[in-house]
Amino acid sequence: MAYEPVIGLEIHAQLLTKSKIFCSCSTLFGAEPNTHTCAICLGMPGVLPVLNRTVVEYTIKMALATNCAINESCNFARKNYFYPDLPKGYQISQYAQPLSEHGYVDIEQNEGKKRIGITRIHMEEDAGKMIHDEHLPSSYIDLNRTGVPLIEIVSEPDMRSSEEASAYLKRLHEILVYLEICDGNMEEGSFRCDANVSIRPRGENAFGTRTELKNMNSFRNVQRALDYEIKRQQYILESGQAVIQETRLWDDSQGVTLSMRGKEEAHDYRYFPDPDLVPIVIDESWVAEVRKNLPELPLAKRERFMRDYQLPSYDAGVLTSSRVLADYFEDVANLSGKPKAASNWVMGDILRFLNEEKRDIKDCPILPQSLAEMIQLIENGTISGKMAKDIIEEMYRTGKPPTTIIEEKGMVQITDEAALAKTIAEILAANTAQVEQYRGGKEKVFGYFVGQVMKATKGKANPQLINDLLKKMLTAS
Amino acid sequence: MKITKEEVEYVAHLARLDFREEEKVKFTSQLNDILMYMDKLNEADTAGIEPMSHAIALQNAFREDTVKDSLSHELSLSNAPEARGPFFRVPKVIE
Ligand SMILES: [Zn+2]
Repeated sequence: MAYEPVIGLEIHAQLLTKSKIFCSCSTLFGAEPNTHTCAICLGMPGVLPVLNRTVVEYTIKMALATNCAINESCNFARKNYFYPDLPKGYQISQYAQPLSEHGYVDIEQNEGKKRIGITRIHMEEDAGKMIHDEHLPSSYIDLNRTGVPLIEIVSEPDMRSSEEASAYLKRLHEILVYLEICDGNMEEGSFRCDANVSIRPRGENAFGTRTELKNMNSFRNVQRALDYEIKRQQYILESGQAVIQETRLWDDSQGVTLSMRGKEEAHDYRYFPDPDLVPIVIDESWVAEVRKNLPELPLAKRERFMRDYQLPSYDAGVLTSSRVLADYFEDVANLSGKPKAASNWVMGDILRFLNEEKRDIKDCPILPQSLAEMIQLIENGTISGKMAKDIIEEMYRTGKPPTTIIEEKGMVQITDEAALAKTIAEILAANTAQVEQYRGGKEKVFGYFVGQVMKATKGKANPQLINDLLKKMLTAS
Repeated sequence: MKITKEEVEYVAHLARLDFREEEKVKFTSQLNDILMYMDKLNEADTAGIEPMSHAIALQNAFREDTVKDSLSHELSLSNAPEARGPFFRVPKVIE
């Protein structure tokens, strides 16, 4: 039987605010354990949490960027459970009244665009971190992360393959990073993803029993865990058994999902509105103000690059994968007036140099002005494309502008026709046998002459000019 | 009865409370009285009135996104029954 997977994702993204969601402790990652803590985030009795306005603003940003409706009024609720990384015994989250609902993003698949629904986006606080002792029956708690603002983005069960899930995940990641509200670092846990997955016979409308997958800390692992889980469920159904609804953890080293046995008592969070936090009312003018300051989003930028710079969709996709890279390309394209050449140099040499050193484009030693200048030097024939390959390496290494490098190395291309014709005449005179061969119809020796001219000019002659002159002089007389 | 002894046991378990048998009987009866009183409140006509989550009509109490000093490390850990180095220490929990 052919089965169809049904996948929904829950994404948690840490917001890039300076301070925590309900207190003024710093959110900086990597501080000494338990030094970014205060009476509020430690959950001392009698303290009063006060909401960080920027958290609301960032959440509105994300809601607008994913076409969500923003609720006029929303509030916080307490989600009650006990765990050592949760000092209050409850997490402050949003439940019945989230900030926003009913959105979507479009993903690109081979079959074309597909729309993935977003159920809701809400604000909540992060929990602390636990480290388990390998030898003693102890766990150690660091509460620096407690109270760092998170948004949870819940999708509809609209994805039908691990590829679609991966495309959706990448799309949301890209939007969050573009909006500069999340750093998107999956290894450090500032962007996390859980998945709900079930399978059903193709053509069936009812959903199968789903499992929840956790502990996938990279894009690749999300896709691997989903692929594994889909196969596992298929095997269970095909052998006549039933899938059990449970939470499963991805084990990266074994490449399998494992049941969290023993923790399966049904959760009863007893949500209720948090009496410490008053309702949030978001009026039209606040939404309009946030909307006004939204940057151009990746998809819109991609389409504009294809339209305005006549770039193929692949190029536009690569160049808009980050905002800084897109800005870099646009600067080079506009300053040089040659968008296609700009795209080739940025996607080819520049990204290759950067990848080799795992360097970010914002630290690129070649300024957009320099690259644009180099492209113009090729255009006006001062240097050849081949010379440019060497020059750009030197530019990357030294950060010097191309003109300086050309001067230092005496690399200017020979475009003086008379001088070049003289060199060619000398070469022809010294190679009369080959000249006879060529004139006798053996056109292959043409390459030999090009090589000789290049050698004589140390590669500085304009190749087009060599070709033209050689042809003319070989056929003449 | 509005609430059974089993429900009291369930709620006690969620709150990680351990009661003796006679306490369970006592709390079942007390909680029952409270819930009966809720029924009394339900007699009030609230048609057309929005439910409220707070006793005072206040909204949008915000603070600006600025960082202030946190507690000193020693102070943060000072209420902990057990600490080790810079950490709180608890019995091992593995999910
Ligand atoms: Zn704090």
